[in-house]
Amino acid sequence: MTNPHDETEIEAERRFVPKPKDIDSDIAWAEINADVMRSLERPRPLFWFIFFGSLALFLWGCYCEVIQYRTGLGIAAMENPHVWGLYIATFIFWIGMSHSGTLLSAILHIMHADWRKPIYRFAEAMTTFSLMTAGLFVLVHLGRIWQFYYVVAYPNERWAWPNFSSPLVWDATAIGSYLTTSVIFLYFGMIPDLAICRDEAHGIRRLFYRAMSVGWMGTDRQWSNFRITYLTIGCLLIPLAVSVHSIVATDFAVSQQPGWHTTSFPPYFVAGALYSGCAAIITLFIILRYTFRFEQYMTIPILEKLCKLTFAISMVWTYLNFIEYASVWYGTDQYAKNALIYRATGTYAGFWWAMNILGSIVPFALTFKALRTHIPTMMVVSLLLNLGMWIERFMIVTPTFAHGYYPWMWTDWWWPNYIQVGIILGSFGWFTMLFMLFCKIFPSVSMYEVKEMVYHRRLSKKHRAAHAPAQPLAPQPQQEAT
Amino acid sequence: MSFDNLTANWSKLRIKRPKIDQYKEAPYKWAMVIDLDACTGCNACTTACYAENNLPVVGKDRFLAGHQMHWIRIERYWGEGSKHTHEFPEKGAQFLPMMCQQCEAAPCEIVCPVGATHHTPDGLNSQVYNRCVGSRYCSANCPYKVRYFNWYNYPETSWPNPLEQQLNPDVTVRTKGVMEKCTFCVQRLNDAKSKARTEGRTVRDGEVLTACAQACPSSAIHFGNLADPSSTVAKMWMAQQVELADFPQKKDEQREQDEKLAKNDAVVRGYRIFEDLRTFPSVVYLERIRSSEV
Repeated sequence: MTNPHDETEIEAERRFVPKPKDIDSDIAWAEINADVMRSLERPRPLFWFIFFGSLALFLWGCYCEVIQYRTGLGIAAMENPHVWGLYIATFIFWIGMSHSGTLLSAILHIMHADWRKPIYRFAEAMTTFSLMTAGLFVLVHLGRIWQFYYVVAYPNERWAWPNFSSPLVWDATAIGSYLTTSVIFLYFGMIPDLAICRDEAHGIRRLFYRAMSVGWMGTDRQWSNFRITYLTIGCLLIPLAVSVHSIVATDFAVSQQPGWHTTSFPPYFVAGALYSGCAAIITLFIILRYTFRFEQYMTIPILEKLCKLTFAISMVWTYLNFIEYASVWYGTDQYAKNALIYRATGTYAGFWWAMNILGSIVPFALTFKALRTHIPTMMVVSLLLNLGMWIERFMIVTPTFAHGYYPWMWTDWWWPNYIQVGIILGSFGWFTMLFMLFCKIFPSVSMYEVKEMVYHRRLSKKHRAAHAPAQPLAPQPQQEAT
Repeated sequence: MSFDNLTANWSKLRIKRPKIDQYKEAPYKWAMVIDLDACTGCNACTTACYAENNLPVVGKDRFLAGHQMHWIRIERYWGEGSKHTHEFPEKGAQFLPMMCQQCEAAPCEIVCPVGATHHTPDGLNSQVYNRCVGSRYCSANCPYKVRYFNWYNYPETSWPNPLEQQLNPDVTVRTKGVMEKCTFCVQRLNDAKSKARTEGRTVRDGEVLTACAQACPSSAIHFGNLADPSSTVAKMWMAQQVELADFPQKKDEQREQDEKLAKNDAVVRGYRIFEDLRTFPSVVYLERIRSSEV
């Protein structure tokens, strides 16, 4: 037992920082199972509303894509010199969304941030689905979509290889490997939970979960192998995630155009990706919390931590954004400087200022505890942040086309029409549809890791009760009185 | 592809990067000189190009929507001192015919994901329509914006029967979703080259002209083989002190060093557009020095 007069022990007690209560310590394990399993059954009306709404959007997007496929890209209001339109901007947006899942599940896993445990599963699913959506945009964007496989480096009879110096080929390779690894990581982390589903489900669903849980028995040997493999894939995933968005940034940085030819683009893009991804996680956090009644697991303290993380990343993004402006402003490249001035004062100035305000000033709302814990406000703020990040991508792509090197091709204003907007809305529908389907088929909260969390909390509670000094030596915070 | 090929022949996978002067020993280097002093902005070159290269006429609406397909375009600029009035807004314009500059270090070649655009040994920046997937990255990276994309399936609409009879049989008709641009009339060049090869010689100066150079009524466009020092174009490049692969150009350096050379400016008036981007274009423009209007 502790000697209350031991100086080191007293010092340790004094320095004890109470951990915020992420999750209750008295949730029974059967209750966790029951709560999560309930999310797989009997959809509520809100679920059907979101699902059919997104399905309708997706079908509208398909309709627009069919028109574009049959007629040619001209029908989508693309023109000279605006040859990329919104598709590439939205492609970067979706690639960016895919980074948060890796941040939560792999990076925070390695850093032992336990609060990620109830929310990383759906973030990981978000990664997978947004990568799939981004991949679709590459295809939709191509003029001859039926020959997209020319871009993929595969051995073929004609010895015709892609041009390995083109960033688009790097893109295809990087996105392919990132998507593959993400799917493996997502599925692998789910195996213990799928075994729980197998034990609880009946009929054909039992067969499905039995096949998916690949004979998971929960033995010590299985757990040990599972931990090691999970960590290994996680470590593999982190450099992939960073490389994917760096490579997407090289699409612009490698090119020569004013406003794109910037060395700082890769870290800038990665920061922007993590930023928009975290904001999207907040949005989905709130939606899932209400749709599936996960209040007990997706708690306010976790939301708060997520908000703090988002704020930190937003400041990194702001810094990188600012040094990009500064390096252009104090640089000698007159074309790039003109492009920057055009962005701030030209026809797209409204978007530029909106991007800077939404991206750099709105996140300061996250510094107030009252706002951080107020869920409707957080919903609005997270959507605003994502809107800002979408505008950021739009501002990277479009003004350079409008105001590039050649004055003859300067165009004052370009705006997409219903085909492009329809396909972009369709992509949001496709993403939401896949996500809602995922939540109905697979457990969107990691059961075994929530149990770990509850277990650790119980342990630390016990520990504190056992080690509590006879009399408090220093004024303790209120919630520490046990 | 057999497994042996896959394991044995990796050197074949390497693609040679476009490099300045990589085909220095080649017998041909097609180049152009455009005299802006002589250009009257009559658009005959554009018309000739439409006829020669099977360019679709897209119509007024699509033209205004930015779907034009002219491989060579006449740009109009109004300078500070131009007498341009509301009554005659076109008055006092300066003209600049703009087509693919056939850059020696072309920005478009590096970024094409499938290698559909690449450098030929005779200095052309060629476009392989069959290989193009339509990512439009080349156009995004082109500083001159001289690449034109097939936004619609023009062969279906542009030449209704019997107009398809007037198509040039030597030139491919492009379908929707591929990029195209000025080729320096590569079909004529190949024709002349094979004819010369049969006769065991190289192509003579003036034997082959691009359609625009042929149609130009004021002979503003000169076309020829830069590798042949006796050709008109090579002589003009030499007279204008323009070197293909030099950056910065010696003439510009000299001008800064020696003020005395400034009086020669009237003679040395050749420049290439966006020299400082180091794309090393094959087209030299001669500055307009006349003050009178056309």
